[in-house]
Amino acid sequence: MAIFLNADSKILVQGMTGSEGTKHTRRMIASGSHVVAGVTPGKGGQEVDGIPVFNSVGEAMAATGANVSVVFVPPKFTKGAVVEAVNAGIPLCVVITEGVPVHDTAWFFEYAQNAGTTRIIGPNCPGLISPGLSNAGIIPGDITQKGRVGLVSKSGTLTYQMMFELRDLGFSTSVGIGGDPIIGTTHIDCLKAFQDDPDTDVIVMIGEIGGDAEERAAAFIKDNVTKPVIGYVAGFTAPEGKTMGHAGAIVSGSSGTAAAKKDALEAVGVRVGKTPSEAARLVREVLAAQ
Amino acid sequence: MDLYEYQAKELFARHGVPVVPGHVVTNADDAIAAAESIGNTVVVKAQVKTGGRGKAGGVKLATTPQEARDRANDILGLDIKGHTVRKVLVTEAADIADEYYVSFLLDRTNRSFLAMASVEGGMEIEEVAVTKPEALAKISVDAIEGCTPEKAAEIVDAAKFPAEVRDQVISILQSLWQVLVKEDATLVEVNPLAKTPDDRVLALDGKVSLDDNAAYRISSYDDMVDNSETDPIELRAKEFDLNYVKLQGEVGIIGNGAGLVMSTLDVVAYAGEEFGGVKPANFLDIGGGASAQVMANGLDIVLGDPEVKAVFVNVFGGITACDAVANGIVQAVAMLAERGEPVTKPIVCRIDGNNAAEGRRILDESGIALIERVETMDDAARRVAQLAAGK
Repeated sequence: MAIFLNADSKILVQGMTGSEGTKHTRRMIASGSHVVAGVTPGKGGQEVDGIPVFNSVGEAMAATGANVSVVFVPPKFTKGAVVEAVNAGIPLCVVITEGVPVHDTAWFFEYAQNAGTTRIIGPNCPGLISPGLSNAGIIPGDITQKGRVGLVSKSGTLTYQMMFELRDLGFSTSVGIGGDPIIGTTHIDCLKAFQDDPDTDVIVMIGEIGGDAEERAAAFIKDNVTKPVIGYVAGFTAPEGKTMGHAGAIVSGSSGTAAAKKDALEAVGVRVGKTPSEAARLVREVLAAQ
Repeated sequence: MDLYEYQAKELFARHGVPVVPGHVVTNADDAIAAAESIGNTVVVKAQVKTGGRGKAGGVKLATTPQEARDRANDILGLDIKGHTVRKVLVTEAADIADEYYVSFLLDRTNRSFLAMASVEGGMEIEEVAVTKPEALAKISVDAIEGCTPEKAAEIVDAAKFPAEVRDQVISILQSLWQVLVKEDATLVEVNPLAKTPDDRVLALDGKVSLDDNAAYRISSYDDMVDNSETDPIELRAKEFDLNYVKLQGEVGIIGNGAGLVMSTLDVVAYAGEEFGGVKPANFLDIGGGASAQVMANGLDIVLGDPEVKAVFVNVFGGITACDAVANGIVQAVAMLAERGEPVTKPIVCRIDGNNAAEGRRILDESGIALIERVETMDDAARRVAQLAAGK
């Protein structure tokens, strides 16, 4: 089963003819994904490694049956690319691009909500992988294998780190939701999907400073999640008012602190690791007790 | 990027939000000409990117140009919450009959925008929000529809603005929304929005934060950047296009990916508790797919911080290739030696992931005694904290 992405997923890559798009298309294919099309306006009819390129998402979907888009276009053109994907009605649009103006994200998120046909993941995210089934984005396909741990994380490299720590156990799906102030798919969306996924036994949730997504996820867990959840939060030592790499990672006054997020999660019974390795240890403990 | 009050007001004026005339000066003598050109009683206001200026003595009235100079002289150089005053705004003193509050901001929780308005402006709005939440109207604004005349009226009526200013505030809200959208701001705030005795409504103070991701399309972004308060190492890192934040500590940190670097800071701080409170000296994210050159630049920046006693390179190679990271470390050490600044501080490295075996081999065979390779993140953090503590 896995969540959002499975063996039947047919991926098209917006921006496939660019250097990042080409590189990661090859990596996705190497980890077993069905990449069926590329989209670059004005380059329809070309091919990249034998994969046909189309002028629009609509054309690509009609010709190939693609149902997932992975967006690698530069920040200036991201809004246009996502709007096109939504207009074509693609069910899942994964926005890898970092540096998208937040007004553009707010706009295309609203647009997708109104259309009601497209789930957006990202922007500024590594995408998602259901190991052994499909890989949409830039998460390395060779860290781990198919298994029964579900992972949702704001951070790309912490996703890799956690997959590496638990590589012997394997994962149903790892979702990098992105580190921007506004993102299309939240911790809560993923918790809900993992709760409903028969192939996931334990959920790892990685958060970081900024906003209140982790606090709201804690409230959601309390009422809706019966599977064990293990948490990790980064940024305890981050100073107030400084953006720590991710555009959304900022402590504003007393809000958005790592301590508040950890407390909120622990208050609803989520065990929170002090370090990534401790969180990994807690996952093993929980699974051993089942 | 947060703007100064005078910059915020320039953006207000550009989009039709009414402001009073003013001039920004950097030395007290220039305040004379500024006050003369205004011709009335003026207010001299410290330009610092923090609140509480009034309480700190950073806002003063002056009835004559000479007095304006004296007040500017008092205020320039003041330290307000760690910010040194380098500029003052000399602006017309408006008669105030009433003070209101209006703002638009990015609403992360609802993934949209939020308007806030109150007829109890002037003071700290956070206090109003806590002590009298019913006095602060909060209205969600759709990112696509924006602040239409109907939405502006809804906000004004929710906040119970009096009839004599209703139309003016409706118009001001729409102009302020234009500032938010056209200038790619994440916050526009007016406090106070003042009513004069003759019922005119004016923005007497302004706060604006701009979205750095949109810098490429904000017309005056580069002109508004002021690096006078930026840490010199942060400035140098910016020239290399590196994501660096200076902190107060002894362990230089380099990693890839914002989340992993934040996590590294935490793990080092925990390990440091064992060694007399050693702390991370900085945040430095070399980003995804970093080349050897980027790694070398990063090491150059971190080693250039005199506070740093030891460095921790923590990389999990996803897209980033660990052999490139290792080559970058070796290159940086050679480059600094050539430049006559040989490395004298230990560099603890933990590398995993993409091409890790090759990266480890490069480090192990480099012959550089200061490089110490440790297998796990936790052990490496402990070792670097120990080295930084001189133990």
